[in-house]
Amino acid sequence: MIADDDEKWLADDIAAVKQNAFYMQRAIDSNNLKDALKFSAQMLSELRTSKLSPHKYYELYMRVFNELGTLEIFFKEETGRGCSIAELYELVQHAGNILPRLYLLCTIGSVYIKSKDVTTTDILKDLVEMCRAVQHPLRGLFLRSYLAQVTRDKLPSIGSELAGDGDAQMNALEFVLQNFTEMNKLWVRMQHQGSSREKEKREKERNELRDLVGKNLHVLSQLEGVDLGIYRDTVLPRILEQVVNCKDELAQCYLMDCIIQVFPDDFHLQTLDVLLGACPQLQPSVDIKTVLSGLMERLSNYAASSVEALPNFLQVEAFSKFNYAIGKVVEAQVDLPAAGSVTLYLFLLNFTLHVYSDRLDYVDQVLGSCVTQLAATGKLCDDKAAKQIVAFLSAPLEKYNNVVTILKLTNYPRVMEYLDHETNKAMTIIIVQSVLKNNTHIATADEVDALFELAKGLIKDFDGTIDNEIDEEDFQEEQNFVARLVHKLYSDDPEEMSKIIFTVRKHILTGGPKRLPLTIPPLVFSALKLIRRLRGGDENPFGDDASATPKRILQLLSETVEALSDVSAPDLALRLYLQCAQAANDCELETVTYEFFTKAYLLYEEEISDSKAQVTALRLIIGTLQRMRIFNVENRDILTHKATGYSARLLRKPDQCRAVYECAHLFWTDECEKLKDGERVVLCLKRAQRIADTVQKMTNASRGTSSTGSVALYVELLNKYLYFLEKGNTEVTGDTIKSLAELIRSETKKVESGAESFINSTLRYIEFQRQQDGGMSEKYEKIKMEWFE
Amino acid sequence: MNFLLGAFKPACNISITFTDGKNRKQVPIKKDNGQILMNPLFQSQETIAGKIHIDSYQGKKVEHNGVKVELLGQIEMYFDRGNFYDFTSLVRELDVPGEIYERKTYPFEFSSVEMPYETYNGVNVRLRYVLKVTVTRGYAGSIVEYQDFVVRNYVPPPPINNSIKMEVGIEDCLHIEFEYNKSKYHLKDVILGKIYFLLVRIKIKNMDLEIRRRESTGAGANTHVETETLAKFELMDGAPVRGESIPVRVFLTPYDLTPTHTNINNKFSVKYYLNLVLVDEEDRRYFKQQEITLYRLKEETS
Repeated sequence: MIADDDEKWLADDIAAVKQNAFYMQRAIDSNNLKDALKFSAQMLSELRTSKLSPHKYYELYMRVFNELGTLEIFFKEETGRGCSIAELYELVQHAGNILPRLYLLCTIGSVYIKSKDVTTTDILKDLVEMCRAVQHPLRGLFLRSYLAQVTRDKLPSIGSELAGDGDAQMNALEFVLQNFTEMNKLWVRMQHQGSSREKEKREKERNELRDLVGKNLHVLSQLEGVDLGIYRDTVLPRILEQVVNCKDELAQCYLMDCIIQVFPDDFHLQTLDVLLGACPQLQPSVDIKTVLSGLMERLSNYAASSVEALPNFLQVEAFSKFNYAIGKVVEAQVDLPAAGSVTLYLFLLNFTLHVYSDRLDYVDQVLGSCVTQLAATGKLCDDKAAKQIVAFLSAPLEKYNNVVTILKLTNYPRVMEYLDHETNKAMTIIIVQSVLKNNTHIATADEVDALFELAKGLIKDFDGTIDNEIDEEDFQEEQNFVARLVHKLYSDDPEEMSKIIFTVRKHILTGGPKRLPLTIPPLVFSALKLIRRLRGGDENPFGDDASATPKRILQLLSETVEALSDVSAPDLALRLYLQCAQAANDCELETVTYEFFTKAYLLYEEEISDSKAQVTALRLIIGTLQRMRIFNVENRDILTHKATGYSARLLRKPDQCRAVYECAHLFWTDECEKLKDGERVVLCLKRAQRIADTVQKMTNASRGTSSTGSVALYVELLNKYLYFLEKGNTEVTGDTIKSLAELIRSETKKVESGAESFINSTLRYIEFQRQQDGGMSEKYEKIKMEWFE
Repeated sequence: MNFLLGAFKPACNISITFTDGKNRKQVPIKKDNGQILMNPLFQSQETIAGKIHIDSYQGKKVEHNGVKVELLGQIEMYFDRGNFYDFTSLVRELDVPGEIYERKTYPFEFSSVEMPYETYNGVNVRLRYVLKVTVTRGYAGSIVEYQDFVVRNYVPPPPINNSIKMEVGIEDCLHIEFEYNKSKYHLKDVILGKIYFLLVRIKIKNMDLEIRRRESTGAGANTHVETETLAKFELMDGAPVRGESIPVRVFLTPYDLTPTHTNINNKFSVKYYLNLVLVDEEDRRYFKQQEITLYRLKEETS
């Protein structure tokens, strides 16, 4: 309904404007000054309406504005015809109604200025003063906006012929400033009009009018001759005074932004303290962060665009000013949510990173200020603040792309402390990812220490929290990052590297049962890599007291891996022990190696109970043991004996069988003559065959259930025999192989074994080897092949 | 027809011309019937001289007992219509009794006539100056002709001309202070001033300045007072806030004003007032009236 009425009123008003404009035009055409004035005043009277919304009023105003253009031209012509402009200036003031009178006055005033009959200053002063008579906010705004519009191209500038004396410039300035002040007052006053019920709507309408006010600032910035001195001493203080004193959120917000956008960068830089000084004085509800961010962004861009500007930034100490101002703002605005203050610091940080990229101390200062602020508010709980702080902490990362730089910021970890667990973790991941992505080289133990201190969130549980709800997959993913991180730590200096490993270990061991299985392996392998390096290099350059001896490291590893057995990850621990044993072997440290094996065996005996796990573990043990070279006969015997014993005690017969024939390898090492014990090899194989026989019997007893097992075992055994035959074990005789082959044949005849292809492949292999030249065919001579035909 | 008309027409035609009639400034005067006539303008101490022509119609002989011209200053009260109080009366005998056969011209002169009052046309009273030519006849009735002229007296600017400054208000509701630059204005003057709003608790819609004329006639119990608003000039649109000051600039030229007249011949007075009116949103009016003195300043040119 209201909108409809609005429409209707506007239509009525426009019709009246059109009609009067028509008469006015006719009077103008016939050079009838009196009528022209009369009808123009009548037309302008339509602007006296109070019924229209600002939007509609603007429409009406534009109509009238266009018509006033003709009137202005007419006035100009009229002065050419001998009517003195001073007379006209008086004549229009005879109008009884204030609004038409002032519109006419502005129109003739603009002509007056151009005519140069009188000093511009006087007219401007008079116009801006007379316009005070319209106190109605909407009408006043438009009237003054009209005034600004008609005079803007006529304002004197230094050097223009209108200037007259030096004061003219100042007075033009004064004119715009005053018009601005008055307009802003009217604009601010608008909100108090009408019922409080419609406040929201009114504020919206008011917002639509803001450009009318802002245009003045634009005019100011365009005013010729406004140099830095004038700006600093007059323009800015005057504007700010008005902005601060109007105590209106909307206005302050908009005008601050206007100031920042309209005036040149250099001005801002030179008057930074003034501009920033105003910020804490603004209303608490004003969104200062937008304002300041706007300013900092502008200045950042300025710094980026011109290298010459940078010294200026240093000269005016832009950073400390911003830092101080933000502190003040935060202090002044008690209700500012944490997210808000963090955002402010984020902008400051961005600014600092842009402008003072080489000043880490500044960056650290920002972080420090933020810490102080956070200390007051406590841990951050709301999402928005958390998001902001993540952005805040990520900013330097993105800028420097180097975690090492970040580690130099002492306040960085202190900020992290204020994050809640989730956020902390998220942030840590970002940091770690940065390391991974940028291949950051972290080469000293101190850095590593700092980094892990920073990444605490991933490395250990938080005090007193139980992460029940953590998604297993996410957790794995996180720990993967840690693992990858560990691999990235590398120093060319073995001494340093060992320190790194010590440091990493220290942190990782705090990780708790869930993390250790995932984090220890990379540590171990990293350490093993170092060991290998040490061994590969020259003799230990540091002497015995250096920490970076393989022995010390292995010692350390032994303790580290032990931690795993405490957290019920015996399989893993076993593997790692074996790895270590291998390394120790390579370093020719017999006792250490033996120690590792002992531990592995103990684990096997005490912790590994699952039969499948046992099979796997045993294979690993056998495999590793086979390659050991440093043991003396006694030690070796003990270990092999143990291993063989374990093999025989496996639960499933086929597993037993296989483990036992694997054990045969323990007595036969290619590279070392003294470790070739053909007799015991055959003994093992025989024993395996006996177990296979038992399997065969059991299979026959329960025929039909598992059929392939035993035959396959026989074929595997046959292959083992062939292997050792090839290796030159003289104890492997043709008879043994022959009897085994016969056994296989008879078994396959009895039943469909399912192992035919295996058999055939084996046979083809034998045939192939027999036809080879050289020693191989001689060895195969022993085997009479008729059974296979 | 001519014959018949001639019977009712006066026996002769009298016309009056002023010596410098062609150059003298003419000003409009509103007659009773609403017609506006241009009349010559004089001021006090001027010599009023001219010629009177008497033409007899159709060459008839006009007998008379003498011809005279009178200069009269009259005050006419409308409630006492027809009665004139002559405050000035000068007579010049132009001719001794005799006969007029043909056009006769008499020069006349009133030298340095004292005309202290200005011509005035008010609501209830009129002050006028007139030249009255009488051809006295015995039985046939005298033949009389009138010629109005206007008197305006110019005064120098007053030596003391204080501004009007005053603070008025309604307690806890509205306090304003206004200032007009003078208390005495000439008729082409401009009223300049300022209105300061010291306290505003009402929603003001607009503010006007009215120029009011108060004409009082008669004396004692018979005093009639008539007040008219001659001008209504909007000073302000909308509601000001505390501390606001509104400029006043009113040109008096467009309005039909006269000087202030005080106790003219004990018959009437004309006073002028500036009335500052504030109207609130419920159309209540708040006003303060201040008397100003108007005077006629000698114009530089013309």
